[in-house]
Amino acid sequence: MADTHAETVLFVRDTMLPQQEPPLSTVGPVGWARTNLFSGWLNTIITIVALLFVINLIAHLLPWFISGTWNATSLNDCREMMAAVGNEQGGACWGVIRERWPQLMFGFYPAELYWRPVLVLVLLFVALAPILFADRTPTRMLGFTAVFPFLGAWLLWGGTIWNPITALLGFVVGYVVFSLVSKVVNAGVSLFVAVVASVIWWTTLAGYVVLGLSAIAPLAIASVQSREFGGFLLSITIGVTAIMFSLPIGILLALGRRSHLPLVKALCVGFIEFIRGVPLITLLFVASTLLNIFLPPGTNFDIILRVMIMTTLFASAYMAEVVRGGLAALGKGQYEGADSLGLDYWQAQRLIIMPQALKISIPGIVSTFIGVFKDTTLVSIISMFDPLGLANAIRADASWNGIYWELFIFIGAIFFIFCFSMSRYSMYLERKLQTGHR
Amino acid sequence: MTDTAFDTTPAIDPAALKVSDEVAIEISNMNKWYGSFHVLRDIDLTVHRGERIVIAGPSGSGKSTMIRCINRLEEHQSGKIIVDGTELTSDLKNIDKIRSEVGMCFQHFNLFPHLTILENCTLAPIWVRKTPKKEAVETAMHFLEKVKIPDQANKYPGQLSGGQQQRVAIARSLCMKPRIMLFDEPTSALDPEMIKEVLDTMIELAQEGMTMICVTHEMGFARQVANRVIFMDQGQIVEQNEPEEFFNNPRSERTKLFLSQILGH
Ligand SMILES: Nc1ncnc2c1ncn2[C@@H]1O[C@H](COP(=O)(O)OP(=O)(O)OP(=O)(O)O)[C@@H](O)[C@H]1O
Ligand SMILES: [Mg+2]
Repeated sequence: MADTHAETVLFVRDTMLPQQEPPLSTVGPVGWARTNLFSGWLNTIITIVALLFVINLIAHLLPWFISGTWNATSLNDCREMMAAVGNEQGGACWGVIRERWPQLMFGFYPAELYWRPVLVLVLLFVALAPILFADRTPTRMLGFTAVFPFLGAWLLWGGTIWNPITALLGFVVGYVVFSLVSKVVNAGVSLFVAVVASVIWWTTLAGYVVLGLSAIAPLAIASVQSREFGGFLLSITIGVTAIMFSLPIGILLALGRRSHLPLVKALCVGFIEFIRGVPLITLLFVASTLLNIFLPPGTNFDIILRVMIMTTLFASAYMAEVVRGGLAALGKGQYEGADSLGLDYWQAQRLIIMPQALKISIPGIVSTFIGVFKDTTLVSIISMFDPLGLANAIRADASWNGIYWELFIFIGAIFFIFCFSMSRYSMYLERKLQTGHR
Repeated sequence: MTDTAFDTTPAIDPAALKVSDEVAIEISNMNKWYGSFHVLRDIDLTVHRGERIVIAGPSGSGKSTMIRCINRLEEHQSGKIIVDGTELTSDLKNIDKIRSEVGMCFQHFNLFPHLTILENCTLAPIWVRKTPKKEAVETAMHFLEKVKIPDQANKYPGQLSGGQQQRVAIARSLCMKPRIMLFDEPTSALDPEMIKEVLDTMIELAQEGMTMICVTHEMGFARQVANRVIFMDQGQIVEQNEPEEFFNNPRSERTKLFLSQILGH
């Protein structure tokens, strides 16, 4: 090359430059500050103003936050304590949190039975582990996860052990009916028949079975009424239930909405649009008052159960749309790839479509979860004592009349911890499921 | 569109490729419409076991639609399609049975991006054929070796080159031990040097006697491997012949025009 083109070459490099360290001012904390905080005079001014603002804010709020009045038993008590240490500009009366802690946590749940909700909370994490960290926990633990809703409900409400067992048997009934019927007709019809069979079991037969079994073997723990539930116990019970059930129901609704069967599709669209078109408060009012009118007199349909059903349905409708978004984002090629290998509809959905669609929808799903969890505070409107309802009750009490910020800051902080954890978990999950570009 | 990919591959001996009398696919009087648009018109085609058929034709002529009807990715509205003695009707059991007997490779591979290469290959054998996992993995590794990428087994499709992905797609189909393979422009999304590696894999398959129907613009491949070339235009089969005759002595004007365009002379 060199000799043929010698006269046309203007420049030839004969020594290669070695790699050099970048200038110090562009790396490390100094470099970071330089590029992000002080690049140009406008940025520098904004940085300084913002910094002054933050410092000022902290200087004002911090003394209020750390005023040591944890032992006060009433607002007056608290004020006296502050006056005694010469705290002029006032401070937070955290005494209310300490004094009302059990109530904020458990509502009016009998104090000697507090161990039951605490145990349920611990078991909840055990049950969640195989779902949240599937790759680090043995698959066998999923068995416990399946039993947990029944075990948890029994521990919370108490009563005879035959209640959760017969409820669980409802699924067994459904399964047996399904496997028998599906030998004769197709999967869709047999699923329908199986659901009907389970519902019949739960609504009619189960009651007698429980009576019979309790007569034979009266195994029971002290029962707790729904109106004794309150505080975070109530929020978490309703929130976790809605979160757990809204995802599967939402997935089914989303699939139904994309179905080629006109009836299934119409039902799903109708349900989703109706629920999304109605405020949650309305649904809760229906649950608390109207439902009683429609139900046969004397039916004992638990208020918390009614609220849980409404919240779950509400969340499912939103979930369905989030999942549908994920499904729409998948190309036709994935369906064709699955079809061409001979996978049937449910196999293709479970193994190919859903894992990808759900992964795409993680941010939306978690947003819905967080929304539902926060929406549980709306039950205070139908006079249930969730933390906000309790806060109002506490403020109505003579000894804490006039307290405001401390309670709401505390409740807000607890909600924040839960919601922020969900958000962080979703980011972790997204990173973990990242398998390179398509 | 070029013959270049073939310059280095050894010619295969056509005598080694025997076509049996057994009928693998029989399409008779098949018609298909998209809405009111008549895409496939009176298609008649019989494919014997061991045949390697190349389908060519201008864009939009219905090539993809036709081979997709064979495993019912598309539904035909009239006429008959019989695959391996089973007629394609709306009976879902038959459809899934035929799909598990007929492998298909797509232009855009359609690998499952959330599964590793190995999982892509073992999924269908495990769930459709109910093969034990260990055996499915052995089969998968066997076919991955055959397409020369066993060392990529634990990577994800997104980490492979286009040519490698297409070879995985072929291996994935082969793991189902299909009796017929359909290819829909398997190389048209690939760079020239990747085209060669995919075509080599397909030639090897042909040599082993696989019944193949292949939509492609690789005329070199058609000359070398096909025992029949079918030319389609406007939803109809316009001409079919042995490759030598087809290329050297096309009968219809439409074919002549197409060949002169595609071969660039
Ligand atoms: N889903 C669809 N709905 C309506 N028309 C369609 C659909 N798919 C394909 N067509 C039309 O049917 C005709 C045949 O399409 P097909 O994909 O079979 O062509 P092709 O021969 O494979 O073309 P190419 O070489 O570009 O892949 C085209 O005119 C196309 O526009
Ligand atoms: Mg095509």
